[in-house]
Amino acid sequence: PIEPLFVDTQATATVAVHRVPIDATTTPEQLAVINRERGLALDPEEMIAVREHFSHRGVHPTDVELETIAQTWSEHCAHKTFRANITTESGHTRPSLINQLRASTEQINAPFVMSSFVGNAGIISFTPGRTLALKCETHNHPSAIEPFGGANTGVGGVIRDIMGAQHTPIACTNILCFGPPDTDMLSLPEGVFPPRRTCDGVIDGIADYGNKIGLPTVAGAVLYDPGYTANPLVYAGCIGTSNSFVDQVSPQPRDRIVVLGGRTGRDGLRGATFSSMTMDATTGDVSGASVQIGDPITEKLVIDVLVDAQHLYRAITDCGAGGLSSAIGEMAEGVGARVELTHAPLKYPGLAPWEIWLSEAQERMVLAVAPQQCDELRLLCTQHGVEYTDMGEFTGDNQLVVTYNNEPVLQLDTDFLHNGRPQRNMRAIMPKPHRTADHSAPKWLTQHNAADVLMALLGHPNIASKASVIHRYDHEIRGATAVRPLVGQVGDGHGDGVVIAEPLDDFGFAIGIGVNPWFGIHDAERMALACIDEAMRNVVAVGADPDKAVLLDNFSWGDPRRETTLGELAAAVDGCVSGAHAFAAPFVSGKDSLNNEYLGSDGERHSVPPTLVITAVAHVPNANRTVTADLKTAGNTLILVGRTLPEFGGSHAAMVCNSQSTCVPSFDEQSPSHYRAVHALMLQQKIRACHDCSEGGLGVTIAEMAMAGRLGAALLPAADTHTHLFSESLGRLVLEVEAAHVSDVLAALPGAQIIGSVTTTPFLVLPDNSALSIEAMLNVWQAPQ
Amino acid sequence: MSAPHALVLTAPGTNRHPDVMFALQQAGATTSALNMHQLREQPGAIDNAQMIVVAGGFSFADALGAGRLFALELSEIVGNAIQSAAQAGKPVIGICNGFQTLVRLGVLPGKHRAALGHNEVGGFQCSWISMKPTSHRSVWTQNLTEEIYCPIAHGEGRFTASEETLSHLRDNDQIALTYSGRNPNGSRDDIAGICDETGFVLGLMPHPENHIVPRQHPQYHRGQLNGLGLHLFTQGVSVANS
Repeated sequence: PIEPLFVDTQATATVAVHRVPIDATTTPEQLAVINRERGLALDPEEMIAVREHFSHRGVHPTDVELETIAQTWSEHCAHKTFRANITTESGHTRPSLINQLRASTEQINAPFVMSSFVGNAGIISFTPGRTLALKCETHNHPSAIEPFGGANTGVGGVIRDIMGAQHTPIACTNILCFGPPDTDMLSLPEGVFPPRRTCDGVIDGIADYGNKIGLPTVAGAVLYDPGYTANPLVYAGCIGTSNSFVDQVSPQPRDRIVVLGGRTGRDGLRGATFSSMTMDATTGDVSGASVQIGDPITEKLVIDVLVDAQHLYRAITDCGAGGLSSAIGEMAEGVGARVELTHAPLKYPGLAPWEIWLSEAQERMVLAVAPQQCDELRLLCTQHGVEYTDMGEFTGDNQLVVTYNNEPVLQLDTDFLHNGRPQRNMRAIMPKPHRTADHSAPKWLTQHNAADVLMALLGHPNIASKASVIHRYDHEIRGATAVRPLVGQVGDGHGDGVVIAEPLDDFGFAIGIGVNPWFGIHDAERMALACIDEAMRNVVAVGADPDKAVLLDNFSWGDPRRETTLGELAAAVDGCVSGAHAFAAPFVSGKDSLNNEYLGSDGERHSVPPTLVITAVAHVPNANRTVTADLKTAGNTLILVGRTLPEFGGSHAAMVCNSQSTCVPSFDEQSPSHYRAVHALMLQQKIRACHDCSEGGLGVTIAEMAMAGRLGAALLPAADTHTHLFSESLGRLVLEVEAAHVSDVLAALPGAQIIGSVTTTPFLVLPDNSALSIEAMLNVWQAPQ
Repeated sequence: MSAPHALVLTAPGTNRHPDVMFALQQAGATTSALNMHQLREQPGAIDNAQMIVVAGGFSFADALGAGRLFALELSEIVGNAIQSAAQAGKPVIGICNGFQTLVRLGVLPGKHRAALGHNEVGGFQCSWISMKPTSHRSVWTQNLTEEIYCPIAHGEGRFTASEETLSHLRDNDQIALTYSGRNPNGSRDDIAGICDETGFVLGLMPHPENHIVPRQHPQYHRGQLNGLGLHLFTQGVSVANS
């Protein structure tokens, strides 16, 4: 850091520690005032637990103590909703959502899961001697009020999660949800940025961090819906690898508490509590300082140190939400720690003790280092230009003690801090979705020409080309991106999943993403199944083994204290559990971001649609036999795997026809066996191209395959052309197969049907014999949004 | 013949050094990387190496302009050791941020000055391009016949120079690589890479180190296997060996 000679960064303007008057006489009303004024975002029952604790001790809590408890117990850090007891309207008591997910992973009992739902990331091993660490995070609230900084540090944070899991980061993913690009400025609620402004800032922020830190941004999605105008969503994922992973041990008494990396500043104060609250027009002003400032170069140097330092520390975690309070607080659980705050190197003087302790300044890792290893680690840091700070020691007395100039400013029993929060009890009203499918394509759809509907779909922002975004990210660095996000003759086609395989390895892994909030609006449980199915389709489509796959869940929801919202969340978790079982693909990590709501100054609440992102990561046994979506050779046969039903709920066909349908596509119980068969055919090199049917249905799938390959396709007549082309039924893949292998493929896939063939003439001929030129489709699909 | 040793120089934010080290190893060299702190402690490292590589990335986060601070660091630590290495017949290569650094350092193109400006499209771009080897003076390209197909990943890659410099570069056969087909950044005369007057120093914006094995070709699934970047490194290693 630049050190101006005229500033002593350790100088302090305000060092006062305030005591907050909470004791046995404090009324619930007074507690509520304190809760609101300090932005603690605690429940009334939790404030009472705080009061009981301190009145029992006979002291008023310091601001440092109160803020530490608020961060540790925040929805963001403690996942109170996912851990709550839930009672439904029928009086039925459900297991907590987190326990449902954990139990499903335990029941699936997959041999390749090393660690799930503990620590910073899920850890798996598909190949002896090599482990992968997986994590996906959300950074929604920060990205809403400061798009660049919010997205930038979202990427930085999830990369640190992988470092905190003792893995070297190798690839990043992101899923972005914005309001429609053509949103009328005058319709925006007060304090909300126009979606274009948010979108540009977020994409810049992601590109800036990922490109500068030197990680390929390989997979993702961009979604547009009016539900995201006031609450944009930013999901950032990271995958790391290790050849020498050993399970972390706990810090031992006398281990030093070492902080590596960036300096502490006032950026990112109260981020965890801010993220746990509903936003409104004042959020930008009040919580502007909650968004951190990213510095990818500093984080890159910390990665370089950690790659060489694995033998030099006992435990490691990253400074994320809650800063040092959360990182050291978590590591001190069951052992205790003593921390001296004046040791922390500051960006500038004047930070109060609680600000140093709570700051979410970026690029900092906390390590437990045995005293005899400190010198070697310090030397390594010097060589890489990384700041090394000794903040204190782990003690063994189970007490978390924080001092400022040796004066205690916080003394908490780690057991109270981590286990003292009263269990939350919540009520849910379970949704009753409409699940009767139509018998054929609805009138609102059949009244339009199939060709017109298809062209409208290709131009829809959710389906249109994302190439201009993808080119902003370096997806080539490390040379391991074996199936890219863009595929085809000139590298402008949309692929399904991506495959990462080191240049000389025979094997690799695939990443697939499933997300469909439009299903979620009507049927949260089916949405969850659909997302899992889509993520699995995407990895299978590029050559991964569906029997060696794991899942990550990321929920972005509205306020769960609304009983119907919690009901939808619970239904989505039910869907996740049945999807995981259907594929024997266990969840290994997840994160929920709730309270994605915006209270307009007119009193109107804007909530996000239920948005579940499923990331599937699966083993690719033969990295030389991966498959892409682009059509390869004229004359080949096109085969559709999976059944098509007239299920148009949440479909993009309904969107482009300005219509509504409510029956969301159902899960096909045959899908797991279909995917297994497709994978076997790929290993036998009998499939030349493969693309999944998702938003827009089969018509969009074929159009994308044809555009990517710059080849034509002729589809055979169908009984119900509109359902055939535009239903978004699950479990479907389109295969391009050479004539010699068609009978083998059909034999391996019961129910699969020949739907057409690849042609040299540059037209897509639809089942009703109408034709669209590849060029015309490209013009619409690639038109700037 | 023993494998030549390639020294890869890095600064805070350099991030493609593992890729170029892999490429050089596949081409038959041994490699080691030194950051500026380590280089300060091992002043003889440049003299002891047979090849010098300035790797790509975002040194110092591109503060004050891409490559500028890296160049200042290098000139302070090793003076003109890079020019001396080239004069002694050691192949030197700067890729992407390394090219920007060598231009800032004044090593490239040499007596005349050039610059790498912001891409014409206005921002960072990552995509695949073809480039044609065009110089017999450059020891890195003189025996190359095939075009190289590889990605670019940069925001400041638009080669610019005065008309006088450009005609000097042309006359002196210092234009080593030109974009073939699409010019991704608006470089003058489609220039992707240039060499210095000795021919031993090559600077280029694209990343041949990311196309070393056929599977890295983006149209691998369409049976396209041409345009390996490996050939450039093999050529460099063979010069270092001779």
